[in-house]
Amino acid sequence: MTAPAAPARPAVAAGPAASRVRRPARPVALTATATVIAAILALPLIFLLIEASGSGLSEDSRLIFRELTATLLWNTIRLTVVVTALCAVIGTAAAWCVERTDLPGRRIWAVLVVVPLAIPDFVVSFGWASLSSWIAGFRGAVIVMTLAVYPLVYLPVAASLRGADPGQEEVARSLGTGRVRTFLRITLGQARGAILGGCLLVAMVLLAEYGAFEIVGYQTFTTEIFTEIGAAFSLPAACALALVLVLLSLVVLAGEGLSRGRGRVSRSGPLAQRVSPPQRLGRARLPVLAGFVLLTGLALGVPIAASVYWMTSGVRPSLTGVPLLAAAGYTALYGALAGLLATLLALPVALLAVRHPGGLARRLLERSTYLVLAIPGVVIALALSYFTQRYLGGFAYQTGPLLILAYAIMFFPLALVGVKASLARAPVSLDEVARSLGQTRLAVALRVTLRLTGPGLVAAFCLVFLSVITELTATLILIPIGVQTLATQFWAYETNLSYAQAAPFALVMIAVATLPSIVLGRFFNRSADPRMVT
Amino acid sequence: MTARRRGTTRLITLAALAIVAGLLAGCGNALSVSSSGSAQSITLYSGQHPQTTDKLVAAFEKQTGITVRTRSDDEDVLAQQIVAEGSKSPADVIYTENSPALEFLQDKGLLSAVDQATLSKTPARFSSPQGDWVGVSARVSVIIYNPSLIKASQLPTSVMQLADSKYRGKLALAAGETDFQPIVTSVLHAHGQAATVRWLQAIKANAAGHIYPDNETITSQVNRGAAALGIINEYYWYRLRAEIGAGSMHSKITYFAPRDPGYVIDVSGAAVLKSSTHQAAAQRFLAFLVSKQAQEIIGRDSLSYEYPVASGVTTAAPETPFGDLQPNPITIDELGDGSAAIALLRQAGLL
Repeated sequence: MTAPAAPARPAVAAGPAASRVRRPARPVALTATATVIAAILALPLIFLLIEASGSGLSEDSRLIFRELTATLLWNTIRLTVVVTALCAVIGTAAAWCVERTDLPGRRIWAVLVVVPLAIPDFVVSFGWASLSSWIAGFRGAVIVMTLAVYPLVYLPVAASLRGADPGQEEVARSLGTGRVRTFLRITLGQARGAILGGCLLVAMVLLAEYGAFEIVGYQTFTTEIFTEIGAAFSLPAACALALVLVLLSLVVLAGEGLSRGRGRVSRSGPLAQRVSPPQRLGRARLPVLAGFVLLTGLALGVPIAASVYWMTSGVRPSLTGVPLLAAAGYTALYGALAGLLATLLALPVALLAVRHPGGLARRLLERSTYLVLAIPGVVIALALSYFTQRYLGGFAYQTGPLLILAYAIMFFPLALVGVKASLARAPVSLDEVARSLGQTRLAVALRVTLRLTGPGLVAAFCLVFLSVITELTATLILIPIGVQTLATQFWAYETNLSYAQAAPFALVMIAVATLPSIVLGRFFNRSADPRMVT
Repeated sequence: MTARRRGTTRLITLAALAIVAGLLAGCGNALSVSSSGSAQSITLYSGQHPQTTDKLVAAFEKQTGITVRTRSDDEDVLAQQIVAEGSKSPADVIYTENSPALEFLQDKGLLSAVDQATLSKTPARFSSPQGDWVGVSARVSVIIYNPSLIKASQLPTSVMQLADSKYRGKLALAAGETDFQPIVTSVLHAHGQAATVRWLQAIKANAAGHIYPDNETITSQVNRGAAALGIINEYYWYRLRAEIGAGSMHSKITYFAPRDPGYVIDVSGAAVLKSSTHQAAAQRFLAFLVSKQAQEIIGRDSLSYEYPVASGVTTAAPETPFGDLQPNPITIDELGDGSAAIALLRQAGLL
């Protein structure tokens, strides 16, 4: 036990194996790995500081403390609060209905409710904006964004409900607790961490959103950042404003941390996981079904209808571009590799956070990795341009691998939430039990930890994959010349008024997005099978 | 036991690292298009529309055998990207829709001087006074209106009249669009700072609910009747017509009164990056852009609907002939990089 560089070993806090005398080892290797990952994720922040300091403190403060800032702040905050709340309600309710009730067609709904995440924001808002001029400003932004990002709450909550012990609900019910109270006290309690994690993602994504707000004409810090770059050619000003975004996201993170800190995260033994008879919706069945039809109708129907309308309204193709299949192939390839990389990178950080909590430094390290989500993609891509060209001699610049790394950085927090939620469900005590039964460490990792965390890892992968499909601004900067993704080719057509040519790319984006959603649904169904777990 | 445990963990860590490394190396071979160009290729950062660039690039490649690798994005992002990339920028040529992005790069000292022979093909008033970029084509600002929502007789003859409250709820505006700044600069030049800010505040109020991100959106929104009128560059209207067909055009375009501050010519141009390692090939591309062949492609043989400005080439119908236009005679130098306009747009709360 004297090896200074002892590899990551879970600290034994409690559980059956605690009686064996072992001092909790310092997870040196794990901490080191996580620190390196956190440092890579900090690159965009460092770039922001370098650029913002370039224009001088007085210029920065003039930019930040001007009249417009108050408007931007108010716009950004009220939108974030309202949309996050709506997403929490819709995402949680949908997840509960799909996972815990006898809702007809659960498997199909499980796929359909996730797909909206992969419809590009600019397609969604253009679809809505072309419906009616009523969809504009704050109202338009709330509608468009809620329908676009609620799956960020749905996915983790569904995963956590799927894994949680239904026995607690049954006990509560048998003790005479009403259905509503059981839902509020037990079910929500079990899903609390997932709901908060999802809300955190929603809030951060909203802070960095651009395309949708541009189209519905809603001004936030991020649209102003694009204006600074676009109209004023002032990257320093844009970066100074982006620092305000980072401050806002610190507030969001602190808020989430505080609400998570209160109360105990209920964790039942995963081995108790089993299939329970779904709750009967009874008379609520029809209204709930209608709700699902409405939700997916609005979130999917409007953009799909708009795409079909575009496709049929064009006269003739006027521009050349890459074939649909090639763009779809690159999109899927980049998305899959980025999903894999982000999930791998998230593992050490999540392990450290879940299995070695405590220690302010480690907590801060983990929390710091969320900030990147609130930084607009264009800034992250320019940061990578800056660092690779200046310090790596342009190594791998504008190649596939760097683009994949950029995606992994941008969407790291999405993966982290998924991985963390699933690790929390695989208590270290189980590892200890397995090891005390003579299993090797590798076998424990594969047979216990991986099996229990599997659904969460797949969720993490899928979240990143879905986000990559629609990413545009960073992709345009870093994509290899001659390669197009579905999003960039869509943009190239759409921005040049060639809507008929653009529309099929939007439809294929939606089609590609259904693949991970189906996988996600199937995987969860399998892992819920008792034979697979025990 | 401790040793074995440590060994296993190390094995897992190594395996994970190997997977990541293999992944990166694998993509390096399988996915990457090599980022270093050969002697026979140049990299073009293009903010221009493919309607204009596609045929030009193809003709240049055919004529010279030099491959052009094009990266398309908004020109302002491309300009920032070039700054961020610094002296190792892969870009050889930048080609933009508007002059401010080129003026910005010129002010940063990132552009090479354009060959004198190339500059001489374009009238001096359409190129950089300093000689670091050359004008290739031009567009003109027009009023787009929907006749079912506003009569031609109610249209303004001056851009200043757009401040009139009778246009409230009718006007569409894209204040963040790079095409709008030259108009603001032009108004500033004609009427001074205080009047320009008042004017901006008034049109902002008139355009409430119809503030759009770009000219394309103004064009399609006015065409479908979401707003009654707006200011655009003429080529967006022609392109929309080419896209959806004359039968679906519910809008018309018209001009401001001669020499009105709202009647502005916007110049599209190109430049060679100082950091380019293919200076000769890059200069050849610029020379090609202003050649008779390229200018005829812009004027006649593409869906660009821009006006050719070099080598004496004039455009064909349906546009008003370039020589018949009567724009405000503001110079490229006076238009500058648009920073004065930005300051006023900010003061008026439009940015």
